[in-house]
Amino acid sequence: MTWDAEMTKMLVDGLRDTLYMVVFSTLFGYILGLPLGVLLAVSDRDGIRPRRVLYRVLDIVVNILRSVPFLILLILVIPLTKLLVGKSYGSTATIVPLTIAAAPFIARMVESSLKEVDHGVIEAAQSMGASNRTIILKVLIGEARTSLIVGVTIALGTILGYSAMAGVVGGGGLGDIAIRYGYYRYETGVMIVTVVILVLLVQILQVLGMMLARLTDRRKV
Amino acid sequence: MEHDKEVDVMEKNTVLSLRGLVKQFDNVTILDGIDLDIRQGEVAVIIGPSGCGKSTLLRCINALEPVQGGEILLEGEPVVSGGKNLPRIRQKIGMVFQSYDLFPHLTVMDNITLSPRKVQKRSREDAEREARELLGRVGLSDKEKSYPRELSGGQKQRVAIVRMLIMHPEILLFDEVTAALDPEMVREVLDVMLDLAAQGRTMLIVTHEMNFARAVADRVIFMDEGHIVEEGAPDDLFDHPQTERARSFLNMFTFESVRAAKQPV
Repeated sequence: MTWDAEMTKMLVDGLRDTLYMVVFSTLFGYILGLPLGVLLAVSDRDGIRPRRVLYRVLDIVVNILRSVPFLILLILVIPLTKLLVGKSYGSTATIVPLTIAAAPFIARMVESSLKEVDHGVIEAAQSMGASNRTIILKVLIGEARTSLIVGVTIALGTILGYSAMAGVVGGGGLGDIAIRYGYYRYETGVMIVTVVILVLLVQILQVLGMMLARLTDRRKV
Repeated sequence: MEHDKEVDVMEKNTVLSLRGLVKQFDNVTILDGIDLDIRQGEVAVIIGPSGCGKSTLLRCINALEPVQGGEILLEGEPVVSGGKNLPRIRQKIGMVFQSYDLFPHLTVMDNITLSPRKVQKRSREDAEREARELLGRVGLSDKEKSYPRELSGGQKQRVAIVRMLIMHPEILLFDEVTAALDPEMVREVLDVMLDLAAQGRTMLIVTHEMNFARAVADRVIFMDEGHIVEEGAPDDLFDHPQTERARSFLNMFTFESVRAAKQPV
């Protein structure tokens, strides 16, 4: 296959689809994972509102979801995907399994970020009569923001990797192109180009994320 | 009738009242039946060896630690860990910690105004006006835009005191607030506390600064092994301790001169 306008268009479309999947999966992943992570951090033994049973249940659910390999999850949730999107292939459909894979992983990262917040600072807020809601919004999330931003960067990179895997089942995007051309048709050139684009994407995300994290960090000079 | 009136006056004057307070950690008893009344405007200083339970006592008063027995009454209202009235009642109990515990991501101004704005729902203008006034009083007017990392330990602790004062607490708790400071910074923090005492604030102070305790206290309380062993006016307790335990504790702060024992050079 020669390099032509059609080829370029295919890659640009693939890049667009990949970004579309990654951005929306991360967004939905956080819509589910952020509250879940807050709940985990708050209800744990050393949290601001310990709830032993709730923590155990959430802990187990998150562990189970996280231990299912993504390729298996992709197939397992097809009925749900069909219900929500109407079909089980293409980039929009892939957002469903990506979100389900991302949410528990994001919840864990949020939990660990919030648990890093110095306990003394939380007690200072409590001693001034701050409600748990104020502590969560202003102290936990406010003080953990650098770590949370690093978490978003990691989440975007990981979901990008997952999205490429979805190419195996016709998930769309760059991973799909890499598998169809590079693997099934032995078009090594195309495969290399898509992989290079994916690598560059991860690099850009990483640099931007770390820059943002540094800018928001007030703790060190 | 006459008697009732007297009781009423007594209760009004008592800001904080502890009755048979018991605190245990994993079956180890830290506080073993503490009874204590703090009157309006009184400055009480708690001294005692480390591990005697004095810091735990302050943490219990603020419900940062649940208690296993007894009760804590602030102006007659029970302070219970996890209680419904806790956010409201905690606003009346100001606390300053050894480790300052300023919010590292917030400026000095935001550290101070967070609680009045979010907890007491005061306007930003109102909170910032009072914050500036208080910062001026502790000599930190030029630091409102600084972040905690840019301040010295003494400055951080003064900010922490302002952050507590802006909530207009009824009683101020100080938990070894100079213990983490370099000697030359201890003074600036103690001066702020002396000033508060002179204003007639009700204060309960845990400290190892014995000279400061003598100067600031109306009453000194000596604690050991979870008990109040002895209490009294500072001069009495420091100069004429009644119990062996208080005597041996206070002896640790004095040194015998070695010059007399030395061989002539």
